Amino acid sequence: MTMSFKRGVVSAIAALSLLSLAACGSDGKAEGDGGSGGDGTIKVGFSQLGAESGWRTANTESIKANLTAENGINLTFVDAQQKQENQIKALRDFIDQDVDVIAFSPVIETGWDEVLQDIKDAGIPVVLVDRTVDTTVEDPFVTWIGADFTAEGVTAGEWVKENHPDAKIFELQGTMGSGAQANRQDGFRSVIGDNVIGEASGNFTRTEGKAAVEAALQAYPDLDLIFAHNDDMGLGAIEAIEAAGKVPGQDIQIVTVDGVHDGLVALLEGKFNYVVECNPAFGDQLLELIKQVAAGEDVEKSTIVVDEAFDQTITQEVIDGRSF
Amino acid sequence: MSNDVLVRDTAAARPATTGRDRLQQVVHHRLFWPVVALVALLLACGVRSPGFLSISVQDGHLFGQIIDILRFSATPLLLALGMALVIATGGIDLSVGAVMAISLAVSLTYLDASSSAGSVSTALVAVMIGLAVAVIFGTFNGFLVSVLGIQPFIATMILMVAGRGIAMLITQGQITTVTSAPFKFIGSGFVLGIPTPVVIAAVVFVLVALLVRKSALGMLLESIGINREASRLAGVPSRNITWFVYILCGLLAGLAGIVYGAPTMAADANNIGLMKEMDAIMCVVLGGTTLAGGKFFLGGTVVGALILSTIERAVVIFHIPSQITPLFKAIVIIAVCVAQSPRLREMIGSVRLPSPAARKTVEEAV
Repeated sequence: MTMSFKRGVVSAIAALSLLSLAACGSDGKAEGDGGSGGDGTIKVGFSQLGAESGWRTANTESIKANLTAENGINLTFVDAQQKQENQIKALRDFIDQDVDVIAFSPVIETGWDEVLQDIKDAGIPVVLVDRTVDTTVEDPFVTWIGADFTAEGVTAGEWVKENHPDAKIFELQGTMGSGAQANRQDGFRSVIGDNVIGEASGNFTRTEGKAAVEAALQAYPDLDLIFAHNDDMGLGAIEAIEAAGKVPGQDIQIVTVDGVHDGLVALLEGKFNYVVECNPAFGDQLLELIKQVAAGEDVEKSTIVVDEAFDQTITQEVIDGRSF
Repeated sequence: MSNDVLVRDTAAARPATTGRDRLQQVVHHRLFWPVVALVALLLACGVRSPGFLSISVQDGHLFGQIIDILRFSATPLLLALGMALVIATGGIDLSVGAVMAISLAVSLTYLDASSSAGSVSTALVAVMIGLAVAVIFGTFNGFLVSVLGIQPFIATMILMVAGRGIAMLITQGQITTVTSAPFKFIGSGFVLGIPTPVVIAAVVFVLVALLVRKSALGMLLESIGINREASRLAGVPSRNITWFVYILCGLLAGLAGIVYGAPTMAADANNIGLMKEMDAIMCVVLGGTTLAGGKFFLGGTVVGALILSTIERAVVIFHIPSQITPLFKAIVIIAVCVAQSPRLREMIGSVRLPSPAARKTVEEAV
């Protein structure tokens, strides 16, 4: 018994050290040489939180495509693989490298007090990307750039209000408690909340979105519009509606947020009715912002990324012309 | 013990002397409360939403909420069948969710790279490769547990944590999406009007049941779970048998991943199979198998899987707000577990019927 317990402990330690080794390995894989600093180039340390979704990957690509040497940026890009400790370590490395600007998408809101204080003491300006932090440090960051989830919900709500004021809406929510879910819901319901007759979470996934809509079609026979917090759940809804012998986009209209490729194709095919974009490709806006910050110019405390919205008049050219 | 599971699971198969005895047998059957919970849930849904229980034929195949529930039960059932056997040996396999993600990632990446993703043979090869990889990981788990003697919880946790990373590596951090009609058929097609996942789950159930109940394997598994050392001394090849059940569990997890991911054809390494190991363990426990190992009940596992997917659906049918759905699910599951608790049943049993002799006098008095 003790023997096998000891073995268990030993193997647990072995497993853990193996994992942390793996994490170290990918940590060190920072891009850019981290040298230079003079001759007008701006040294930027960017800590991305991970690659958890197609949206995030597109976001990373856009950032890398814009923060380039041609544009006068010497970028050190580190992927935190959705772990805060990786991210804090990366931020400390940036301090040691004495970068000009630190930009990062925090993986969670809290726990940044110490490292943000150190960055502040080092006199390095911070640009927050996409997400925000909750900290006791005063003036922890110079500016924030990202999407406004609430505004996305409002945009979706206004389209419904204008086109289908009598809609009976089933709301397909994202993962409960996530910022995208809470704020899109708040924004949407502030416009047309009275028309929402039912709700269920589809955890932002196609499969669960499909399951929720199958049940909803039974539970709410008179529903005629679905508002999904992302495209994937909306795509799941299409399958459920078609399986029930109804026509998505006509019998039951679908409004979604995101604007990923598959979602816009569904819009083109007439299965979605309205898609509010959540634009990940704001590398160009981030570039301008970083240049201003590095030059010591005053910038707005927050920059809202320009989100578009599409209805069924979208064309194949628009879809082909997008990076994600 | 080596009786056919299907016969064992129906109390009515035994000769009952009187109606009262028969009732007692049914009530005291370990599957009684889970089945009651399942039927009650379904009936409640039917009352709340008329038409819930009806099944119609649409485009030549069965359609209805019950059919949907069966379809959604397929994945947890496939996982739970393997899990039940592992648990019977006194082990546990926490890596099944990660193995789902890996096998799906491998299959879809192969399809993505192939030039003829739409052909049946390519889809078959993709499935075979996915399953083969799952078997490799099952073999790895089994090796750690049976040969190296690492505790199953720790041994399989390695893959649970690292497996998703492996799947990410295979898909290169992207969500790989492919179009292949034959592959999609596995998840959303119909065989003779019945959804393919249901057919697959039913076939696998029968095969596993035959394997463990028609051979001595089931009994040997239970003996290992009850006392590994005694079994070994009695000549049971416990190492090889333990190794085998982890391989089988890995294979079934791989199959579950393919069945689960086939309808959407999207290898989302971060989300496929997330927390599904807990669902599988829940199905096994709801079915009356204890985590301590020993006796296991495949029929009960089916009921457990059906309960889980019915709860999922009932949440929407009852118009339960999303914030409190986890609470609702927890309450139902706790209720079933409490009703099933042997000690509670003993207490209730002793109140109603103190002893067989007393029961007899009561009967005579009536």
